Amino acid sequence: MAEVALLEVGKSYGPVEAVRGLSLSVSDGEFVVLLGPTGAGKTTTLRLIAGLERPDRGKVVIQGRIVTQEVPAERDVAFVFQQYSLYPHLTVYDNLAFPLRSPARRMAEKAVRRRVQQVSELLHIEHKLGNRATALSGGEMQRVAIGRALVREPAVYLMDEPLSSLDAKLRAELRLELKRIQRELGTTILYVTHDQIEAMTMADRIGVMSEGALVQLGTPREIYERPNSAYVASRLGTPAINLIPVELLGSDAVPAQVRTVGLRTEHIRISPADRPGPRAQVQWVEHLGDQNHVHLKLATHSLVTLADPAQPLKAGDQVSIEFTEPLYFDHAGNRVAAHEIRGQA
Amino acid sequence: MAQIKLETVAKTFGAFAAVKGVTFTVDHGAFFVILGPSGCGKTTTLRMTAGLELPTSGRILLDGEDVTALPASARDIAFVFQLFALYPHMNVRQNIGFPLRCQNYPRAQIRQSVEETARLLRIDHLLDRRVGGLSGGDRQRVALGRAIVRRPKAFLMDEPLGALDSEFRRLMCGELRELHDRIDATTVYITHDQLAAMAMAGRIAIMNQGRIEQIGTPQEIYDRPRTMFVADFIGAPPMSFLGVQAAPQRGDRSIRIDGVAVEMPEVFEDRAEGRFMLGVRPENVSFADASMLRGRVIGAEYLGTTQIVTVDTANGRVKARLPSTDVVRVGESVGLALRPDRLSVFDEMSGQALHSALYEGGYRG
Repeated sequence: MAEVALLEVGKSYGPVEAVRGLSLSVSDGEFVVLLGPTGAGKTTTLRLIAGLERPDRGKVVIQGRIVTQEVPAERDVAFVFQQYSLYPHLTVYDNLAFPLRSPARRMAEKAVRRRVQQVSELLHIEHKLGNRATALSGGEMQRVAIGRALVREPAVYLMDEPLSSLDAKLRAELRLELKRIQRELGTTILYVTHDQIEAMTMADRIGVMSEGALVQLGTPREIYERPNSAYVASRLGTPAINLIPVELLGSDAVPAQVRTVGLRTEHIRISPADRPGPRAQVQWVEHLGDQNHVHLKLATHSLVTLADPAQPLKAGDQVSIEFTEPLYFDHAGNRVAAHEIRGQA
Repeated sequence: MAQIKLETVAKTFGAFAAVKGVTFTVDHGAFFVILGPSGCGKTTTLRMTAGLELPTSGRILLDGEDVTALPASARDIAFVFQLFALYPHMNVRQNIGFPLRCQNYPRAQIRQSVEETARLLRIDHLLDRRVGGLSGGDRQRVALGRAIVRRPKAFLMDEPLGALDSEFRRLMCGELRELHDRIDATTVYITHDQLAAMAMAGRIAIMNQGRIEQIGTPQEIYDRPRTMFVADFIGAPPMSFLGVQAAPQRGDRSIRIDGVAVEMPEVFEDRAEGRFMLGVRPENVSFADASMLRGRVIGAEYLGTTQIVTVDTANGRVKARLPSTDVVRVGESVGLALRPDRLSVFDEMSGQALHSALYEGGYRG
């Protein structure tokens, strides 16, 4: 059953359409990540669900109930912001207990204690319950902030880049933790980020956003392997997919409407220059330890491929390139699917 | 271009030792990166090299000449800071030429240098444009142009790309490196971003708490980290460590983890019994049903072609990089196989790597 659904929702600020005709449904226990650059409309979408903004058009549905006109407190959601806003004068315990002690809930103190204990164990901060919130490390503070959302059991958790203020190492740890917690509790999460690694590693489904619209929705694997546009293809993968004008590849089996070929770095193989295939020159080689990124010049175009560190390559070398699993895009950047290609051949 | 040499350079601020005796040589035309977490002393080291701080002890040589006590202005070094500020009321030509105008160069020479620099950065078509209307990338190029136009002996760069978003940073890393190759300028670059360091450096010095932990090419540092700090700082995800109680002896080719013998590169020293850490990088871990070294899968993170699988064992948490086509179930018990010729062993107390065939360069490939 859908916990949250948006039906043709639109929101403008003056002449700027922040969210355009967006429909999305998040199922019970599902982890959905909205991915897109700054200004794509991700945060506005979350705020519309939370009730912090009212849509100009469309409906917001939470657990089968239309809540479009309701204030935030009437909606059964919990919001985790990018900046952890803890009460500095309170202990970790009191910070976690705070949402449960609100007059609207009147939860018995015994039940509060049980719930705080449970959530603190889940987040591995049970030994810090007596500490002042300000005496914590950045990672611990963010755990408490997430914990303060978790003590409640809302229909859906809305998270706006909750890990982005942390350093890389901590972010990697908390990614794993958050996914574990979500799986163990079976919670429903709608999560917003511009970090493709967070999206790929945590999401059951990713929604890719661009200029206020949801341009593709699917599992990480679907989005990575079968992007419906060059834009979506370039959102996932590091280094980014190579987008090459079709004429540079000199391939004959390509249908007429194809303008651009997308080649992921791992789908390009380099061989000695006497082998068949387009010729390229090595510009430079990046040593990243487990693999090398080889920067090539193919006529006027730069591209990046992966190579084993053992492969001896240096700047100036002439090589042939072979590729597998190309993605084809037409003049508008839309993908030309493989069955269409076969149909025309 | 210049050779830069630091000899046991140290700097204390009151009771705090920011840099504790640092020695390295940056050759003519080299791209040298100092990498470390914030507070490790890298910025202080760079500022002393530039002449913006006076060392408490040690010597700094520029092309063999002792410049330790010379002020920044007498060193012919360009210092590029984190934030590139352009003059918004000037066009691109005026921005790039500014350092030369300040030094009263003849007008014809300024014109020639500015045009040369602009061609080098491929922004010569923008010379008469206002900087306000330029894209982010072009603004960075103009700022770089302003740094390189007077062709100093060396460039010192303090996280010049730190404020950019990650995609754009990668692009500019490539351009900076390419520019360096074209003008062959001696460059010292400091950063806390290990990916940027690996991508650009000819050699990297890794600093921690005022000391250099290791200097080497990116591949050396990745394959043969001398300390646990380096092993942990480099790599995404970093090296995993398994704690063992052992007494490694010269000639050993395996180490026992809870009674399970794990093959490793030949040990070249004798050590008394103590706590050691077996270090393994994610791409050197695979699943093997028959293996007695077992753990429980606690997470699988999809990354496109590969996935990072996290496994908890009785001796520590291990991350494995596996093809994403492998089906991995969270909660299942798995056997782990570690690639023998790529394992490091560290003394847990000192964090130092044991001498072994791996560290003597005894492997190929």
